[in-house]
Amino acid sequence: MASPDAHLSSPAAGPWSASHASRVPVVWGVVLIAFVGFWLYGRSLAGWAFDYPRGWTVPAARWISAAMKWLINDATFGLFSFTDMTRFISAIVELPYRLAQSLLSTGFLEGSGSSAVQILPPLPWLAVVGAVALMGHALGGRRLAALVSACFLFIAVFGQWSSAMTTLASILVAAPLGVILGLLCGVAAVRWRGFERALSPLLDLMQTIPVFAYLVPVLFLFGFGPTAAVIATLIYATPPMTRITILSLRAVPSEVIDLGNMVGCTRRQMTWRILVPTARESLMVGMNQVIMLSLNMVIIASMIGAGGLGFDVLAALRRLDFGAGLEAGLAIVALAIALDRLSQAAAHRLATPLKSDARKGFAARHPYLLAALATIGIASLLALVLPWVHTYPQSMQLSTGAFWSDVVAWINVNYFDTLEAAKNAVLLNILIPFKRLLATLPWLGVVGLLGFAGFRLGGLRLALLTAGLSFLIAATGQWEKAMITVYLCGISVIIASLIGIPIGIVTASRDRLWSVVQVIIDTLQTLPSFVYLMPAVMLFRVGDFTAMIAIVAFAVAPAIRYTVLGIRKVDPRLIEAGRAMGCTEWQLLTRIKLKLAFPEIMLGLNQTIMFALSMLVITALVGTRDLGQEVYIALTKADTGRGLVAGLAVAFIAIIADRLISAGAGRVRARLGLE
Amino acid sequence: MQSSTNTVRRSLRCGAAALAMAAASCVALSAVSAQESTDTITLTLHDWTGQLITTNIMGEVLKQAGYSIEYVQADYLAQFAGLETGDLDIAMEMWETTGREAMDAATATGKVENFGPTGMKAKEEWWYPEYMKAKCPGLPDWTALKEPACAEAFSIPETAPKGRYLGGPVTWGGFDDERVEALDLPFEVIHAGTDAALFAELESAYQREAPIMLWIYAPHWAPAKYKGEWVEFPEYTAECYSDPAWGSNPDMAYDCGKPFGEIWKVGWSGVKDKWPGAYQAVKAFTLDNDEMGSMITEVDLNGKSVDAVVADWMAANKDRWSGWIKK
Repeated sequence: MASPDAHLSSPAAGPWSASHASRVPVVWGVVLIAFVGFWLYGRSLAGWAFDYPRGWTVPAARWISAAMKWLINDATFGLFSFTDMTRFISAIVELPYRLAQSLLSTGFLEGSGSSAVQILPPLPWLAVVGAVALMGHALGGRRLAALVSACFLFIAVFGQWSSAMTTLASILVAAPLGVILGLLCGVAAVRWRGFERALSPLLDLMQTIPVFAYLVPVLFLFGFGPTAAVIATLIYATPPMTRITILSLRAVPSEVIDLGNMVGCTRRQMTWRILVPTARESLMVGMNQVIMLSLNMVIIASMIGAGGLGFDVLAALRRLDFGAGLEAGLAIVALAIALDRLSQAAAHRLATPLKSDARKGFAARHPYLLAALATIGIASLLALVLPWVHTYPQSMQLSTGAFWSDVVAWINVNYFDTLEAAKNAVLLNILIPFKRLLATLPWLGVVGLLGFAGFRLGGLRLALLTAGLSFLIAATGQWEKAMITVYLCGISVIIASLIGIPIGIVTASRDRLWSVVQVIIDTLQTLPSFVYLMPAVMLFRVGDFTAMIAIVAFAVAPAIRYTVLGIRKVDPRLIEAGRAMGCTEWQLLTRIKLKLAFPEIMLGLNQTIMFALSMLVITALVGTRDLGQEVYIALTKADTGRGLVAGLAVAFIAIIADRLISAGAGRVRARLGLE
Repeated sequence: MQSSTNTVRRSLRCGAAALAMAAASCVALSAVSAQESTDTITLTLHDWTGQLITTNIMGEVLKQAGYSIEYVQADYLAQFAGLETGDLDIAMEMWETTGREAMDAATATGKVENFGPTGMKAKEEWWYPEYMKAKCPGLPDWTALKEPACAEAFSIPETAPKGRYLGGPVTWGGFDDERVEALDLPFEVIHAGTDAALFAELESAYQREAPIMLWIYAPHWAPAKYKGEWVEFPEYTAECYSDPAWGSNPDMAYDCGKPFGEIWKVGWSGVKDKWPGAYQAVKAFTLDNDEMGSMITEVDLNGKSVDAVVADWMAANKDRWSGWIKK
């Protein structure tokens, strides 16, 4: 949800809707009847309005490919070429990456390749576990220390250590870069409206164009290897941070800003001393998302040379070793949980200003830093004599072995028919009819309808945007695939919301339950969907149903997360006031909590749609025939133009949904008196 | 970048040395460095076992010849971006059947070179588990599939009465939709999105002894693990795909089986000049299907590590690989 306020504040939304509210359904009725009439009887009159004529197709794919070729081969800034610049950027990103990689996984090397000589070994596993435990203790006490060391121990015990460290190295580079870039862009967008206007569509594109679509150009420009993976990760993982920055800085109460003005803050002080610290809690959600999304990219990053856990997952599933796939996948989750909790604790810690003891000595001020250095030092020395300190002993590794494959086999043998019956019921009664319905709609009618919806909800500009983008999808010859995309994602989003929002409501007020649910949704969001996709294929065959399961499992996370965030942000005094006035629990929920949480829930819905669309890449792997598949085919043919055109079509769908929901939500908000 | 500075430094040092020392020794030194670069050669790894084995064998052999090598994980088709720029040097398995188009596009730029066949042949065809023979006794001859009863034996509720054929990912091509039409087979083609999905379905059906007909390729662990056979279609010829008049259907092409394809070695075209010895070694590399099949089985079904299997092969075939790196 780019910037709700920017699109919502069109003057039409406010008083207009109140005074003419009764007329709206009539107009809608007329338009809908016209649409249905055209749909039923228009085919003979204007066949071109149903199937976009081939001759009118805009050869955008060819243009993009040509432009890309020019960019790579000929574009120049005079002194240096465009490729030189991108290679320079990747060299800069490579520095911290190499450092992290040497420290955690490969050791410091002299020379390169197999002839390289190790000068310094990487950190012993015991030192890393000790260091993160100390970090946990410093930031969040004994409980956090126990949690993070358990996560890292899990990785070691299941024999995933070296892969996990490779992955950790790339996250340690990508996540901070993403957070900083996102925060800076967000602050800039809040300060300069013009920047926001330019940034907003770009963010939408970054988050919604399937990664596979820009993988080929990224590889061309930034070279092959881990840095290209880091850059692709940044493109994908930064937008939520920027969005949440904008949203939360705007949501800073005006009293706080007034205070800042009264004490005479400069603009810079206002931003960094007042706005950012006040919005801290929401910003943390953004940081959390960056880490989660970076870990999400682990699989795709491994396809272009990042290695690590993502590669292990892919390799295990290719030989149908579900156990090994799950272990590597859970190692990703363990990393995610440890990093996420540490970063959250760090944020809370930074929030409460420490008493400065400037007079005390260095040792007294930095006990944890010294302890960590001591741990690393001692462990490194010990590692020279005791090999098990350096590398977790193989004899003590655990593995689930064939257990998970056996479980899947058992379900498969005993319950396949039951599952098949359930699947067929859903498929035949819901999925296929909906798909057929969408396939027969005339593109011209849909474009018109979207334009009309845009006009009613947000005025002429929105109407032009929605109609224009949907027309472009048709004009580039992708209407049919786009409709399949809408069908698959639409159904999945509805199911994810139906599951997610109630869970969010139930858990928001129960701390203990929320911490459990948090672990579950973190797992869902970071466990590579490949891990459960292949067992799902065994039980449900390839096809739309399996794809739907994968999308729902992934997209349910933001629906829950944002609902909880919204409800928790409701001022407890308002709830108290409601209670004092004798509201029942139901009334408290519907009249106060949900109403006030509405903006966040809408943001959640929006993110659910974005997440669903980003899963298209994965669902292409189980044989769907949508835009995701088109992007995937383009990737395998290294066809930049074709991939980007299909990717843009996905992005357009997302943007249309986003703008319409934002505008609709704005009108509801206005009616509720929230603005 | 680092490597190029190294070379510069080396030649500078060489120049300085020439001033001080006898010229002859320096000439000899620079002659070596002009011939063979000491830079690291990168080989790409993909995500299937056979390719890991091939690449590791090549890597080990190059190491024995004194080269510095590095393995980089890369996507099978996306790697061409790296091979064209020289970021990556050698890719050991490019299947005629699935990678031809990308390979042709890359070699057309002149920046990628085909290093010749690996000696292994890719076999791809319609495949069914042995237990299906009881339900469709005419197999493996393809004409048996035309019988309605036989097709129905391969059906699921969604496709009945037609049989269901699970094809490879759309990206593999393979012309199965065309084949079904040309041979007038009562089958519906469903495309799996990835080969993991393909084998997940096979595993599922095999456990339940349920009907399945799908695309299987070799060298792969599946034909070793599951008992079954390939359908025997009319043998492939180039005319069959290009000339509609060929074969049983006079109006359509593709009325035959799939081609038996080479598995090629490809690489950056700069390899030849930078590491001429390595280039010769890669060109000389060959394995055959049986060797590969047994190594894949060792790894994927018997749980040995790739390194161990490669080490065994290296020990057992010393004569062969030392021939590849002979000067």
